[in-house]
Amino acid sequence: MSLKIIREPINKYIQKIPLGLIHVIPERCKECGYCIDLCPKDVLTVSEERNIKGYRWPKIADGKASECIACRMCEWICPEFAIFVVEADRREYE
Amino acid sequence: MSQKGLVIKEKIVSESPRDHLIRKERFPHIWCPGCGLGTVLKCYVEAIAASSIPEDKHVVISGIGCTGRIAGYVRLDSYHVTHGRPIAFAEGMKIVRPDLEVTVISGDGDLVTIGGNHFIHAIRRNVDINVFLVNNFIYGMTGNQMGSTTPLGAKSSTSPYGCPEPPFNLPLLAAALGAPFVARWTTLHTRQLAEAMKKAFQVKGFALIEIISPCPVGFGSYNELREGKDYIKLFLENCIVDHSADLNKAAISLRPGEPIILGNFIQREMPSYHDFELEVFKKAGWLK
Repeated sequence: MSLKIIREPINKYIQKIPLGLIHVIPERCKECGYCIDLCPKDVLTVSEERNIKGYRWPKIADGKASECIACRMCEWICPEFAIFVVEADRREYE
Repeated sequence: MSQKGLVIKEKIVSESPRDHLIRKERFPHIWCPGCGLGTVLKCYVEAIAASSIPEDKHVVISGIGCTGRIAGYVRLDSYHVTHGRPIAFAEGMKIVRPDLEVTVISGDGDLVTIGGNHFIHAIRRNVDINVFLVNNFIYGMTGNQMGSTTPLGAKSSTSPYGCPEPPFNLPLLAAALGAPFVARWTTLHTRQLAEAMKKAFQVKGFALIEIISPCPVGFGSYNELREGKDYIKLFLENCIVDHSADLNKAAISLRPGEPIILGNFIQREMPSYHDFELEVFKKAGWLK
């Protein structure tokens, strides 16, 4: 008896990993690094540019563009209300 | 609308979705990079947004200190009162206007060191207020002096060779005085903290949440926690969530191998001040 008889979950092809679109407010950032350190997917890194106070805000690292799974850890931990995530449909982008 | 092949980039915007609950014109706030107070504010704002109580019924009262600034950053009715007295002020406000959801957000130095007596007697009376006590182990704004929550042996500007006094064990103190809701979380446990705040809004009686907050510039610079990431490491390695923990062992020592115990320790129903007050009013004939 082959393994194929074992039932597949009926929602296997409907299940999708959420995609997060990261929004940043650069003027508020103070470069504490919490969003970058705590991202479970290591999506974020510091930008090259600096804001008016000399801090580098978070940006998406190279090659990590579609890695965000919208867990919102960065949004919750940010002391400055400077980053938030909007959930999108992954199928529209891939 | 399909956007296939589009490279996803971070979007630069100028407003966040919770801006209607904060005074965004005052942002960026005065707190240092890595300070946990902004996260406390974020969790409080999220708890308000998720609670069923309308925004105009929420009142924030804070005292003096870094945490005292929270009253200036929320777009709610907020009061900034004298040092150590926010609980006394909140008790009066709740007794006169029982329809309001009165919340005190202030620091450890303000609430339990300078205003310690108000803290003790408010819990004893069991007035229906919420107290979110942000504990950073030090007097931050005045120059990093040791206070009543500084762990034994921790350094500060007035205890350069180590603090010689044991600290307050606040959950045990509140539980012993009969508080109906006692919790402790860190600023790293943001979702749990917001949930605990939501529960505190529902509690009839005194609700205490002790929030362990990083202070990398003040406390951290004396105790080798100079950056926010050092505090994250400390919290990730030492925190244990145990809702039924023995509160006798819940004091914070910050020594390696001794955990920081977190959780919603006490959730119980206790007769509140307002119940007794109504009875007294009825006996006196002031209520029909």
